[in-house]
Parts: sequence; structure tokens; C-alpha cells
Amino acid sequence: MSRIAARFDKLRKEGRKALIPFFTAGDPDRASCVPLMHALVAGGADVIELGVPFSDPMADGPVIQRSSERALLHGVSLHDVINWVAEFRKTDNETPVVLMGYANPVESMGLEAFAKVAKAAGVDGALVVDYPPEEAETLVGTLDRAGLDTVFLISPTTSDARLKQVAALGRGYLYYVSLKGVTGAANIDIADVSRRLEHIRTYTRLPVGVGFGIRDGKTAHAIAQVADAVVIGSRLVQEIEAAPADAAVKVRAFMADIRTAMDASKKK
Amino acid sequence: MRVYDLPDAKGHFGPYGGVFVSETLISALEDLKAAYARFKDDPTFKAEFAYELKHYVGRPSPIYHARRWSEHFGGAQVYLKREDLNHTGAHKINNVIGQALLARHLGKPRVIAETGAGQHGVAAATIAARYGMECVVYMGSEDVKRQAQNVYRMKLLGATVVPVESGSKTLKDALNEAMRDWVTNVEDTFYIIGTVAGPHPYPMMVRDFQSVIGLEAREQMPEMTGRQPDAVLACVGGGSNAIGIFHPYIEYENVRLIGVEAAGHGLETGKHSATLCAGRSGVLHGNRTYLLQDDNGQIIETHSISAGLDYPGVGPEHAWLKDIGRAEYVAVTDDEALEAFHKLCRLEGIIPALESSHALAYAAKLAPHMRKDQILLVNLSGRGDKDMHTVAEKSGLKF
Repeated sequence: MSRIAARFDKLRKEGRKALIPFFTAGDPDRASCVPLMHALVAGGADVIELGVPFSDPMADGPVIQRSSERALLHGVSLHDVINWVAEFRKTDNETPVVLMGYANPVESMGLEAFAKVAKAAGVDGALVVDYPPEEAETLVGTLDRAGLDTVFLISPTTSDARLKQVAALGRGYLYYVSLKGVTGAANIDIADVSRRLEHIRTYTRLPVGVGFGIRDGKTAHAIAQVADAVVIGSRLVQEIEAAPADAAVKVRAFMADIRTAMDASKKK
Repeated sequence: MRVYDLPDAKGHFGPYGGVFVSETLISALEDLKAAYARFKDDPTFKAEFAYELKHYVGRPSPIYHARRWSEHFGGAQVYLKREDLNHTGAHKINNVIGQALLARHLGKPRVIAETGAGQHGVAAATIAARYGMECVVYMGSEDVKRQAQNVYRMKLLGATVVPVESGSKTLKDALNEAMRDWVTNVEDTFYIIGTVAGPHPYPMMVRDFQSVIGLEAREQMPEMTGRQPDAVLACVGGGSNAIGIFHPYIEYENVRLIGVEAAGHGLETGKHSATLCAGRSGVLHGNRTYLLQDDNGQIIETHSISAGLDYPGVGPEHAWLKDIGRAEYVAVTDDEALEAFHKLCRLEGIIPALESSHALAYAAKLAPHMRKDQILLVNLSGRGDKDMHTVAEKSGLKF
């Protein structure tokens, strides 16, 4: 069983929901990536979505754009990010790591080469933001053969026909983007998310995570009532941006708050 | 050549094109695709488009025989397709009218656009004024500084110009920002992309609107010269003026199609925008195409004296035409383009845009080696009024 499946399995048995933080590898600096990953786990993270910086992050709002720019100033490449996962694996062989980023760095490395080195480093899956299912068959095939999960996004505007497609191609878990717009946008409508998740679950048995617009323990708690996983990106990256020298301590504390709020919603 | 009918239903030109966007944009693109499919052959829509092109833009644009310039070469006869005479001074308006009409039919009161040099932004602001639409133009903050006059022009026309501070603060970042606006405001907003790039259906749709250039030329050339030209030349940044004149000629196998990119300071210096000559395949701005990128797949900053060619990608159909050998792509330097710029001013009394001057510069290389009865047709895609500052500075002058 993959690390991702094993983790969701374990959580299900415990009646808990997954907490999935996102941050950009190499922000605020190169040395901080692996310590930040460990800090997130210590704070209660179940899966880490590790952002691969890209020069043109078209789907991201200003917070994640800036984090990507900071990482690129340090010359962070996809190779670096994969090497950091290998480093992380030396002391953590259980927490799943999903690389999240854009198509071009992956295509530049070559899909086969990417799958091979990522698997060898202990990466568990990839979410390539600008590979919708229509363009992702080769990626999914390649990652499948390497034993890596391809994670897909679903949005409020995803049609039923495409939900079917996503359900057929998606591996590991699905990521429901709860708002229109870019990452880091404003408020989340819990009732609406709940209705959408119910609908999505008629198409798939994969766990469904919810992200975009989750900013604090209160929203995380509410989302944990209806989703299998809570994804937090921009809000976490803000913590790193606000206190770069102190980032590991800050993100650990921030994660722990969210974790506590989520677990307070544990099913009886 | 076999019938050329690309792109396929999913927007692919061979391995290029496609829809490489986040899930959040998919439904907007599907709606756009459906709308375009509904209207493109609709008689009312076509009549409106034709009316605007004739009465507002001033089409058909004439073809002009550059006799003195041709004599100067002593070789091929050079003809110019005069897109510079269009309202707003360039070919950009053709496409903008098509998309704005579509926006109107879809009931979207707000249009957005990205711009580099400002020509597409000015065209979008113009048509928004004409149709009473709200218009927001995204422009890299570096370009805002370099193109102050066009920024003012857009404001005069009632548009809001938003300086983009992210990334390299140029055209590609303006495009990223416009996409972000669109995904957030898709209900009331139509995104007017200025070139044949972006996700499907944009490369196809923009090409179709710009094809009026080549369709006219295909009629005009035999009327003027008794035959089609031996070669058609156009500058290529994103490639909309080039695809506009190339596309109707693709099945005319005896007509060479030559796209001219910006070699900037020279291809060997790395300071250029010659994507097809020096780039490799990748994914940016919603499509797979040739890109200027580093070894890690990060997009690199480009250079050209002409802001309109200063883009690290290129339309996916050009990538395909290059790979199948139907079109040739070459590059000329800033200096070569400037020389052609000055020659055309002095010999023909026409001030060309610096973008178009790249195509002229390559015609100047070819013509002397050709026979006097051979014909080159150059797409003079825009006029050079906007470039006075740049050219004067290059000559050591300041206004």
C-alpha cells in the first residue's frame, strides 16, 4: 500500500481527518526546506504538499507567487526539491509527500526521468496544476508505472462529465478547490462545499480534500466535518513570509492550532 | 499539400497547443469554445464583423509596391500589406473586434486584456469605448514605464491600466495576471487575448480573426501582379500577424512562408526573443509550444528593441508549421531591424513599427539574391509612431 493510501486508511480507522499543509520548497531559503517539513509533521500534518517553484505561477495568488519568486532567487530547481524529499526521508519514512507545481519544470526534466528520480527519493505523488485530465494521460501512465499517485484538482465549475474523467485518472486523493479564482482568495461557503462533496462522492471512492480559503482553526474545523482532508497553503506561507528566521517554530505552532481545532470535530 | 484543418477538436497542432490550465479555468474555456463554435459561422455575427472591419478599421488594407526600395536591392520586387493603415495603427484591432463582438453576444460587460508594448491594450481600450464596455488592461510595470504614451492613450479611451509587479514585470507576467483576473471574475468578464497563444480556443480563434489579412492578400496579389508571391514574410513575437497572413497561404505550396523573430543583440549573446530559432518545447500560458527557458524549465527573460516581439513563447501553430517544414523561421538583430526601419522611412515615406521592421530586414537580405521578376510580400503589421522615442534614443537624441 502506498504511503498516501496507508495514511488515509489509518486516519479513517481513527475517525480523524487529514491535515495537508502546502509550502514552497526553498522559501524562505534553501536550508529551511527539510526542517520546515519536519516542523509541519511535528505540528500535526498528515501529508505534505511541497511546492515546486515556477517562474509563471498562473493559478496562484500573490502570497504563493511571492514565495515562488523568493525560492527562485535562491535558484531552487525541481532536482533540489526532489533531493530535499530524499533528505526528509532519512528520518521520516511515513509522512506522504506530494509535489505540487506546474508542467514546465516536469516536462523539462522529462516525465520518465521525473517519475524515476522522484520515486527513488521517496516522493509519493504529484499534482501538476496545469495538466488537467485532458492533457494528463501520459503523466498518469508514467507515474502509475513508477508507483506514484497523480493528484487532480476539482473546482466548483467542474462538470459531471469531467468529474467522471477525474475520478478515472485520479490517484491517492482528490483536491477540491472550494472557490473560484486563484490561491489565497477570500471566504469559503461551508454549506456549499458540503453539497458539492456529496455530489463528488457519487463519482469516486478516493478521499477528497478541500482547499482554498481555509485560514484558521474555525474554518478548518468546519471543513473537517465534511471533507476527508483540509488543505492549507496561502495562510501557512504567510506565516513563513512574516517570520522567515523563525519559520519552523511558527509553522509548527500554526499547524498544532489547526490540528487541535480539527480533532475537536472527531466523529463520535 | 493535403487539406490543412488544424487544430483538432482539443486544440492540438500536432504535439503543440492544447489546454494546459488549472481546473478552475476549464469551464470558462469550454463556454468560450462553445460560444465561438456557435457564432463563428453565424451570418449576423459575420456581417457585424465585416461591417466593423470595413467602416471602423478601414479594410481592406491596401497592398503597396515598394518600388524605390526594390530598385535599391536590384532584385526581387517587394510588396507591403499595409496593416499599418488600420485604425489604431496595427493589425491588432482585427482580432480585438472579433473577440469584443463575441463578448457582446455573450452579454459580458467587462473586458480585460494583457499588453506588452501597449498596441493590443490600445486596441482593446478602443473597442471597449466603441461598445461601451468596462476595460481593464494588465501591463508589466517595466512596460508601463517604457510605454508611457500608450498608457496615456488607453486612459484617454477610458480603460484602467493595472501595472503588474510580479515576475519580470513584462508581457508574460501581464498575461499571468489577466488570467488570474479572468478566473476570479469569469461571470461578467471576457478575456481578450492579443496573440495566437494561450489555451484552446484562443490560438485558433485569434488566427481566424487575423486571417482576414491573408485572405485579402490572396485576392489582391493576383489583381496587382498576376500571381501569388514567391514568399510571404512577417515578424513573429506571439505570431498573430504572421499567422494571419500565413494561414490562407498554407495550402499554396509554392509560396514560401517566412517568420522573422527578434535576434536582439544576437542569438549568441542570449539577449533575444527568438523562441522558434533558439527555444525548445514546453508548457506556458495554457499551451504547449516552443519556449525560451533555462535548464530547469524556468522561463527566462527576453530582449528585443521592439516590445511587441519581447515574449518567451510563441503561438503553437507556428511551432507546428516549423516542425513540419511548412514555414521557415529566421531571426534578425535589433540593428538590422533599425537599418530597415530607416531605409523604409527614407525610400518610401513609410514609418514602420519596429516589430514589422524585422520582417522588412529579412526581405532586405533575401531580395538582392532574387530575380527581378520574383515577388516578396511583407506584412507591414504596424506603424512606427509609437517607436519614435526608442529610435531617437538609439540615434542619441532625446525629446
